[in-house]
Amino acid sequence: MLKHFVLKSILTDRQLAITIDRLSHQLVENHLEFKDTVLIGLQPRGIYLSDRIYHNLKKLLPGTHIAYGKLDITFYRDDYKSDKGLQAPNETDINFSVENKRVVLIDDVLYTGRTIRSAMDAMLDFGRPAAVELLVLIDRRFSRELPIQSDYTGKTIDAIITERVKVLWKERDGKDEVVLIA
Amino acid sequence: MSLSVKHLLGIRDLTRQDIELIFQTADQLKEVLQRPIKKVPTLRDTTIVNVFFENSTRTRISFELAEKRLGADVVNFSASGSSVSKGETLIDTVNNILSMKVDMVVMRHSATGAPHFLSKHINVPIVNAGDGINEHPTQALLDAFSIREKLGGVEGKKVAICGDIMHSRVALSNIYCLKKLGAEVTVVGPPTLIPKHIAQALDVNVSYDIKEALAWCDVANVLRIQLERQNMPLFSSLREYSLAYGVNRQLLDSLQKEIVIMHPGPINRGVELSSDVADSGQSIILDQVENGVATRMAVLYLLARKEPVFN
Repeated sequence: MLKHFVLKSILTDRQLAITIDRLSHQLVENHLEFKDTVLIGLQPRGIYLSDRIYHNLKKLLPGTHIAYGKLDITFYRDDYKSDKGLQAPNETDINFSVENKRVVLIDDVLYTGRTIRSAMDAMLDFGRPAAVELLVLIDRRFSRELPIQSDYTGKTIDAIITERVKVLWKERDGKDEVVLIA
Repeated sequence: MSLSVKHLLGIRDLTRQDIELIFQTADQLKEVLQRPIKKVPTLRDTTIVNVFFENSTRTRISFELAEKRLGADVVNFSASGSSVSKGETLIDTVNNILSMKVDMVVMRHSATGAPHFLSKHINVPIVNAGDGINEHPTQALLDAFSIREKLGGVEGKKVAICGDIMHSRVALSNIYCLKKLGAEVTVVGPPTLIPKHIAQALDVNVSYDIKEALAWCDVANVLRIQLERQNMPLFSSLREYSLAYGVNRQLLDSLQKEIVIMHPGPINRGVELSSDVADSGQSIILDQVENGVATRMAVLYLLARKEPVFN
């Protein structure tokens, strides 16, 4: 399934489930009723995490309406003209305004911070939020190129530049696991 | 992920994958156009010139909106009022514009092949916005995109292209585009307005009977009579053309089904299309115009990368 060599497993399926449960509880701790809070998952891979968290929160807070959208940042990237080549855009599905809301951006891996920078630009086209928080499953520390940090973190890891963190999802990759690959 | 071409000169040069990539990109750009802020910053370091040697309303405004909504800077040039009337050549005109640091050219020209010629002499991407009686690729893309949106797909659909096939660049681009996407195409019109050997050359059906073609098709794309390109009488009068080939309510009511009506504009109401049909629920003419902006944004997005373009 993976073209790359797997160096080690960072989170097993069970650990991943526990971590996502913890992150969901931390969100409830800070946002209680989710009255003015909206969740935004980042395309393409952050939405699997945000889907899980959204469903967890629905279970934790039955009957509560939670605004949840998906945001694609392709047209806001800062590397459109670089050698990385063109990125295929994904669906953006946000049917609410973020004006005066507390926004929780959700992505799988925080690395250079450039995706989150683009995401904040893209999000601002949907209104002026009261506050923005960042939730990530994996934080690759000491590798930031922009001053961006997460507010909720599943697991912090150290990895060298030639290594990549890949979050596998059952819906897409056949199993739940976080691996370090080279 | 990228297009197989450096310029969009015609649908003839595109692969089916290219067309599908443009549509997938346009899907997401169409969503951008529904937002409160209908603009993304992707091309903010790109300057695009729209060079129009021929009149245009829709195409020109559509391209300009597409460029602006991708964040590009836009310069407009029209031949009337320019130094073209003083005898400046096409290459000189465009090279002078490009020396002011312009990154991309959108061009409409009355001469068939003008953008192909230009593409051999300049090295920025060129988008053909219509050249003579050859091609109008972005129109065909937005037409097929609109069919896909309305009917859920293009593959296997039956499309009748009606009217002045001979002089219509929309017809040729549409035929290429629809065939590449797997649709069946019939061209219908008076024999004098249908090119000889078109059935063999482009693998389309030919009909001279509008009612027969409409009864066959799922979609009818009705074209304008291009009087400005006809230098001899090819039918006796517009009135007679309208009686024999005009699409009207009575004709549509005589069919056993409801077909989708399209028109690339400008409409000559009462000639090729009656007003009650053009404004009816089965017409998607204004959806075509709306989709034009998103499909053109997709083309510009996919071509504008600042790579050196060599021929």
